[in-house]
Amino acid sequence: MKPAAFDYYRPTTRREAIEQLVERGEDARIIAGGQSLMAVLNMRLSQPRVLIDISAVEELRYIERRDGYLAVGAATTQAELAEYAALADEVPLLAQMLPWIGHFQTRNRGTVCGSIAHADPSAELPLCLATLGGEVVLETKRGKPRRVTGDDFFQGILTTARRPYELITEVRFPLSKAGHRYRFQEVAMRHGDFAIVALAVDIGETEYRLGVGGVADRPVVRRIPRDVDLDDALNTLAWSLGAQDDIHASATYRRHLVREMGRRLMTEEIVQEETADVRPAR
Amino acid sequence: MYVRLDERYRVTLTLNGRERSAYAEPRTQLCDFLRHSLGATGTHVGCEHGVCGACTVMVDGRATRSCLMLAVQVEGRRVETIESLAKEGEMGDLQRAFREHHALQCGFCTAGILMSCHEFLGRVTDPSEAEVRDMLSGHLCRCTGYTGIVQAVLAVARARQNNRQEAP
Amino acid sequence: MNSAAPLHHQQSRSYVGKRQPRVEDEALLRGLGRYADDLAVPPGTLHAAVVRSPHAHARIQRVAIEAALQIPGVRGVLTGEDVKRWAAPFPVGVRQPMEHWCLAVDKVRYVGEPVAVIIAEDRYLAEDALESVEVEYDVLGVSIDPEMATNDDASVLHEAVGSNVVNDRYFNYGDADTAFEQAAHRLSLKVRYPRSACTPIECYVVLGQYDPAEGGYDVMANFQGPYAIHSVMARALQVPANRLRLRTPPDSGGSFGIKQGVFPYVVMMGLAARKVGAPVKWVEDRLEHLQGASSATNRVTTIEAAFASDGRVSALRFDQLDDCGAYLRAPEPATTYRMHGNVTGAYDIHHLQVRNRIVMTNKMPTGLNRGFGGPQVYFALERLMQRIAVTLDLDPLDVIRRNLVPTQAFPYRCSAGALLDSGDYRRGIELGVEQGGLEALRQRRESARREGRHYGIGYTVAVEPSISNMGYITMAQTPEERRRAGPKNGAVSTATISVDPLGSVSVHVSSTPQGQGHRTVAAQVVADVLGIPLESIRVDVELDTGKDAWSIASGNYSSRFAGAVAGAVHNAALKIRARLDAIAAQQWQVSVEDIRFGDGRIYTADGVHSTSFQRLAGATHWAPGTLPESETGGLRETAFWTPAELTAPDDDERINSSLCYGFIFDYCGVELDSLTGRVTIDRYVTLHDAGRMLNPQLVDGQVRGAFAQAVGAALYEAFHYNEDGSFASGTLADYLIPTTVEVPDPTILHMETPSPFTPLGAKGVGEGNNMSTPVCIANAVADALGDAVEPGAIELPLTPSKVRMLMGIEEPPRPEGVAEENAQASAGGGSKLSASDSVEIPASPQQVFASILDPDTLKAMIPGCHSLELTGDNAYRADVTVGVGMIRARFDARVELTELEPPHSLRLSGAGKSGMGDAAGAAKIRFSEIEGGKTRLDYDYEVTVGGKIASVGGRMLSSASKMLIGQIFSRLSQRLSGSTSKGSLWQRLRALTGKRGGDQ
Repeated sequence: MKPAAFDYYRPTTRREAIEQLVERGEDARIIAGGQSLMAVLNMRLSQPRVLIDISAVEELRYIERRDGYLAVGAATTQAELAEYAALADEVPLLAQMLPWIGHFQTRNRGTVCGSIAHADPSAELPLCLATLGGEVVLETKRGKPRRVTGDDFFQGILTTARRPYELITEVRFPLSKAGHRYRFQEVAMRHGDFAIVALAVDIGETEYRLGVGGVADRPVVRRIPRDVDLDDALNTLAWSLGAQDDIHASATYRRHLVREMGRRLMTEEIVQEETADVRPAR
Repeated sequence: MYVRLDERYRVTLTLNGRERSAYAEPRTQLCDFLRHSLGATGTHVGCEHGVCGACTVMVDGRATRSCLMLAVQVEGRRVETIESLAKEGEMGDLQRAFREHHALQCGFCTAGILMSCHEFLGRVTDPSEAEVRDMLSGHLCRCTGYTGIVQAVLAVARARQNNRQEAP
Repeated sequence: MNSAAPLHHQQSRSYVGKRQPRVEDEALLRGLGRYADDLAVPPGTLHAAVVRSPHAHARIQRVAIEAALQIPGVRGVLTGEDVKRWAAPFPVGVRQPMEHWCLAVDKVRYVGEPVAVIIAEDRYLAEDALESVEVEYDVLGVSIDPEMATNDDASVLHEAVGSNVVNDRYFNYGDADTAFEQAAHRLSLKVRYPRSACTPIECYVVLGQYDPAEGGYDVMANFQGPYAIHSVMARALQVPANRLRLRTPPDSGGSFGIKQGVFPYVVMMGLAARKVGAPVKWVEDRLEHLQGASSATNRVTTIEAAFASDGRVSALRFDQLDDCGAYLRAPEPATTYRMHGNVTGAYDIHHLQVRNRIVMTNKMPTGLNRGFGGPQVYFALERLMQRIAVTLDLDPLDVIRRNLVPTQAFPYRCSAGALLDSGDYRRGIELGVEQGGLEALRQRRESARREGRHYGIGYTVAVEPSISNMGYITMAQTPEERRRAGPKNGAVSTATISVDPLGSVSVHVSSTPQGQGHRTVAAQVVADVLGIPLESIRVDVELDTGKDAWSIASGNYSSRFAGAVAGAVHNAALKIRARLDAIAAQQWQVSVEDIRFGDGRIYTADGVHSTSFQRLAGATHWAPGTLPESETGGLRETAFWTPAELTAPDDDERINSSLCYGFIFDYCGVELDSLTGRVTIDRYVTLHDAGRMLNPQLVDGQVRGAFAQAVGAALYEAFHYNEDGSFASGTLADYLIPTTVEVPDPTILHMETPSPFTPLGAKGVGEGNNMSTPVCIANAVADALGDAVEPGAIELPLTPSKVRMLMGIEEPPRPEGVAEENAQASAGGGSKLSASDSVEIPASPQQVFASILDPDTLKAMIPGCHSLELTGDNAYRADVTVGVGMIRARFDARVELTELEPPHSLRLSGAGKSGMGDAAGAAKIRFSEIEGGKTRLDYDYEVTVGGKIASVGGRMLSSASKMLIGQIFSRLSQRLSGSTSKGSLWQRLRALTGKRGGDQ
């Protein structure tokens, strides 16, 4: 299991990275943490001509509070974000969710933007971005950076609105809103596995914003007014996701979790089945 | 830094405190480079897709899967492997605790586990069993059932804690 | 409890029976282990990569290697033609015209089967050439389900046999028919045991060399034994056994039986080395391992009991259908017969009927896997015992107690021939109940149930066989066939002890350990016999068949170390000691009985004479003239040991299939999460009687390791094959090995009833929990689920989804207005996807129909199509890059338009292959005119995907196929309208963007 040959380019500025990307287009792959890409390269499921490693681009390594968002640069690792002291106050959903992403050894290198760029439908960070209504910032050689909301960014399995000559330079998570509560719950086969069903909810005064990962081909977010019949709303959502059987779980089971786990999560009968036991806060 | 696919690049890094260098192609996995070019065969390869954890090493102080990194990516960086843990020929406390608690059988996954524990214990001084298990969940061991490993890590944490308290 | 082991010789007992840190550990903890891939290779060593079949069943039409040979760094390619020229098929354990070669020669019969070997200057280069070997396959129908494979109309794997059932044997002991007639109750249960494997973290490693001068092969491999397989390899290589030198490395990264299955690669890499005239090394990767190394045998069992109202069982019937995969690879069908003599478990049941059938299916061949036959037998037997209790409304433990082999009956001859060597099963149960806290567990169940939680308790008793009788495998043959072939029996162990001129002691054992600590235990045994410090002894566990003492039973399997190998070490040490006794007695003119060994000295009991061990032992080298006449000088002894009790099967088909039988009593409490169905093991108690424990710490290590693997088998692990035979568990994110968080700590209890048949009274202990724990957990889950659940539906692994489904999901109906999901994966998921969708196109049906027939439009429709070349009537060859996100591959494809009924319908089909697998799809397209002169295009499609992408990308396949098919029609629509159509929701979403890339 060894990668096919490729050129390797390690720029130190975003400008260099983007120039190379524009020049090479679809022949290039950006590598940041490589925690998804390297496995795919090793299996030769991807054979790019050039790998552009942005992990040394220091100007893309930041976590900043800005314009109502927490902005995370493309070279920032998941571990760095988890260690950001104010995270639980500023973006509590992210703080709850980060420990569920893989294992600390993969979070040490895996980047926040990389996971979002990969758009795995079972991954936590895309779900978080979509649920909160965050944004992805895409830059290319000329023109203003393009900002795409999470809803629009995820377009299908591993498929996003990023164009081949665009670099994701930043993702922005909206800061927590006063009076809102944020909850996350996930069922996976094992600790650290991709979700069979992952649910994230932003509980506002008048509506829920419920995100579902692991079921459809992308994270799906629904706004559910707080005064509707929740069971009906969840059942409608569950059936609309196109759940499928796979080797680990049935479609019926997935719909069941969307309904039942969703109801408990939203009405705060919280089942911290695993979080309470095993997820370290540090 | 641009390396063409057919070029061999001389990667220079600090391996276990010593500057080392050797040639690698862009596609050479870090684990292969450490083992076969630098002779640090203590690190093992178990899956090459980042799940089993056997190949875990420390890069700039962080436990990292060496199958998910390229050799060229450690240019100029600091890498530590299992070979760094014994000092002056003597095993460190973590290694001794693993022996004492029968925390290894075939020993193949052990190198990676030790490196994760090494980072973790440097960061978390008073871990709970749940935290230790969470930390170890990024490693697969097929021999031990994990009990001895968990006990060894907790024992080291306790002992270091006691040492700190006794120290003036 | 009989606590004292028989003392075979007066000796100090400083080490044996005590916790002893392992002598292996320091090297392993310092990164100084020497595993197979760590060893230096000869200059000029080349590296291999194996071309494997993407199909489960296909005839090989052609293997073209010319293009691969052109790739820089490639030095040769080994194919089936070479293998046919230089080698022979492996011998098979049943009398059937079946051929298994180390590379496929005519057909491939499972996904991942080796077809050719690329030999190149390094592994990267070898893998570069994999895609350049062109193999043309004629794809055949598959047999995947073992029961369906027995049907007359099933696709047959080995045509010369004429059926997939390659062995069918029936055994009758006592008078089961009468017992069933007379019994107050009967109960039958059908269960299916899945495929899983113990998947060591180190995969296979082989270094092959060929010496044309001697005509011999020298192969280093992390093989584990049994060395009976050496004969299989030598015969396949067509050399005398002394021309196949097989060597094993000092350390092995786990095996659990699996590394027995490396043997075809030993032959393959020997031949590869011969092909290129250079040493060839191959390191298996994880995908190769999961899809092609080895697996436990999956089994379908129908088990039936005749029993009285108090639960006493008078007779059992087993009908076992064992699925050994595509080839019956040596030593199979051993899985079926390993437990044969003791198939009645820990119970005193006199009447027994057994039918065993071996069936071939298009799956990877099975082989040794820790527990070997035990998990399958106990899953049926102990589930049945639980059902008997439920049926009679009795406590399951009472049913177990009533049927146990009585204590006074040992050694007890089971109806099928096992001689249970020792035990006190009733006392074991009582100890387990008391010390494990069963009463408290029952109270936990009570209070949990009062709170409406789903809590259950499961029980299992098992006998754990160890030290296999090499003759049990011949049970697959009829008595007549066995008579003709000559008897096979025994289990020869060897150990060699040498004392060098400086008096230091070296021990060699042919047990080929993979982490069990054999070096430590052997040193403990020798240290005690010779009275020398453990640290002074060096134990070598490398095996070199060209130099070391070995026999067919050598190696590490059937938990034979403690009973057999440590016993042989003991015997070898006694031989050394007897010689030193004689030397000392002569020198000091005392009686041999007065000589003592201890503290590194040899001395007389009265303390008058004393000398250091080194000095006296060294004298055998330095001063042989001073020795008694009986002494020949030098000091090296090899002990061979085989137990008399392991006789060949008799004409009444009785077989003492193992020498020792340990006892296990397990119980556990589990809770099922009412939301997720997740099974949480609240408490697990496991009591073991493995005879005398040589090193209790290592015994507990074996128990914990087996337990963890069993938790995996019970709750997480299974090899999944899709209906088309594609393999769906190709990564460790698909094949789910439990982590620290999933494995609880069991409570381990011990008792010691020494075996009367082994030199040290020890029995094996390494496999017990692999056998007992899966069914114990299943019984607890059954108890928690209650009577409403069909007993046969409790199948492993008990995943959250499966358990929650068994608990019952009352699903509210699909709301009106929510579209039925139109893409449905085939049942159980998998590579085959069929679905329907539709799209509206702003053109008339005639226009649409005509444009699809136009090559330019067709090319534009197919995403990533670089070129489209007409090869026949509406038939094309296409060069297509198919991609979803970062995953991308270039396909050489055939595209065809058939069933043309203008302008109503046509069929668009395509099939292609790429380095990451094969894909085929077909869509029936119907055109109907709708308002405004537009066309509604309805399509039903079916897609199948095979090879690597199916093995590693299962989670994504369905969505990815749907996306790619959808793209074809949205591109058609775009082309015809110059914009996008208002088709499905999916297409509207797609329409929002232009070009896209999934990853960054």
